[in-house]
Amino acid sequence: MNFTLKVWRQKNRNIKGKLETYGAEEISSDISFLEMLDQVNENLAARGIEPIAFDHDCREGICGSCSLTLNGIPHGPERGTTVCQLHMRHFKDGETITIEPWRAKPFPVVKDLVVDRNAFDRIIQAGGYISVSTGGAPDGNAIPIAKEKADRAMDAAQCIGCGACAAACPNASAMLFVASKVSHLALLPQGAIERERRARNMVKQMDAEGFGNCTNHFECEAACPKEISVAFIAKLNREYVRAYVK
Amino acid sequence: MLQSEFITSSIGKKIVIAVTGLFLFGFVIGHLAGNLLIFAGPDALNSYARKLRDLAPLVWSARFVLLASVVFHIWTSILLTIENRAARPIGYEVRKTIQTSIAARTMMLSGLVILAFIIYHLLHFTFRVTHPEISHLTDSLGRHDVYSMVVLSFQKVYISAVYGIAMTLLCLHLAHGASSWLQTLGWNNERTQPLFVRISAAVSLLILIGYVSIPISVLCGVVK
Repeated sequence: MNFTLKVWRQKNRNIKGKLETYGAEEISSDISFLEMLDQVNENLAARGIEPIAFDHDCREGICGSCSLTLNGIPHGPERGTTVCQLHMRHFKDGETITIEPWRAKPFPVVKDLVVDRNAFDRIIQAGGYISVSTGGAPDGNAIPIAKEKADRAMDAAQCIGCGACAAACPNASAMLFVASKVSHLALLPQGAIERERRARNMVKQMDAEGFGNCTNHFECEAACPKEISVAFIAKLNREYVRAYVK
Repeated sequence: MLQSEFITSSIGKKIVIAVTGLFLFGFVIGHLAGNLLIFAGPDALNSYARKLRDLAPLVWSARFVLLASVVFHIWTSILLTIENRAARPIGYEVRKTIQTSIAARTMMLSGLVILAFIIYHLLHFTFRVTHPEISHLTDSLGRHDVYSMVVLSFQKVYISAVYGIAMTLLCLHLAHGASSWLQTLGWNNERTQPLFVRISAAVSLLILIGYVSIPISVLCGVVK
């Protein structure tokens, strides 16, 4: 398969970037999008052009490192798929693919397609954890948790913190990320103790980072590689109100 | 201090918009119910208008709540929009959306058009300054002739057109607004969400039909 790639190139944080056009020829339909980029980079390096910088780590859809916006959609056209798990067969032969980094003020571009996502780490530091030391792994079922609750907590805990929600949101809002973390911990007995403080502090940090406000477009849910439901945003709103009325 | 922290947070501001929007939604329905009395004839509408006038203290307290709602609804929405624009200083070269709606994407536009319409509408029927020749008539019982004022106004095609356009945008605004408030107040889940989107769209459409039925009936000569 052959493709035309329009790739965002940017030397560093301070220099303005722009889209550059590259060809991707003789690409197997069975390789992933990142493997295709590896191939393009080898060609670029051979021609003395600096390879395209992009984030990646596990390449099996669980680490949340990869962060490419393909033709305007974070993680590309396949639902519930990170871009590292997206295969070239989902594109048409000869297609032009525009590759851009996540776009949000709290996610500044470091280089090319790599963005700084420390804003998410600072939100987690504001309360996305349980304060008590837990020691070694406890015995399974030592603390009884209802099946429905455990399932629901796991649905929220699927979040890999990739930032696609904020990248997809027309307002660059990080509500789905914060909602996942707040819901996941509030649903479990270990995390429920600090739920009010956690909801207050994480939302405060989210606002301070400069993310936008949710206006219920639900683009986050559609772009989320883990398909986390916007029902958790409703839960976050509820948790937040609860934190102030209690 | 905690309360100001709540109200200035992103979620707090959304809740202000949801609650004030809910008051305004209630008004839109109540106002429609009153307007539809036009189909019951001149006497029904004019005596309803007279009754409202006699209930002045009640009407004025409702107006006060509505005015405060309008002010807070718009002010908070503008703050929110400014923050949202600032949150993405560099946009995408390829812009694409996956599942949002036109209604959701045009809330600011439809909202501002509705605001302009409310001002015109108040000047037209409440303060009666835009068409004084037809808005100061009295009926045979000496009451303000609201019925004639409405009918004579809507017989002018351009006035009916302005009302029709404004009501269409109101319908669009309510379709997103009404389905959003449950989510914003946190009373939504996977089951209620798609259901509520459909109910909101249906209710908004009914409101649109209800409101535009009046100018259309006047233009067709059904109401004269």
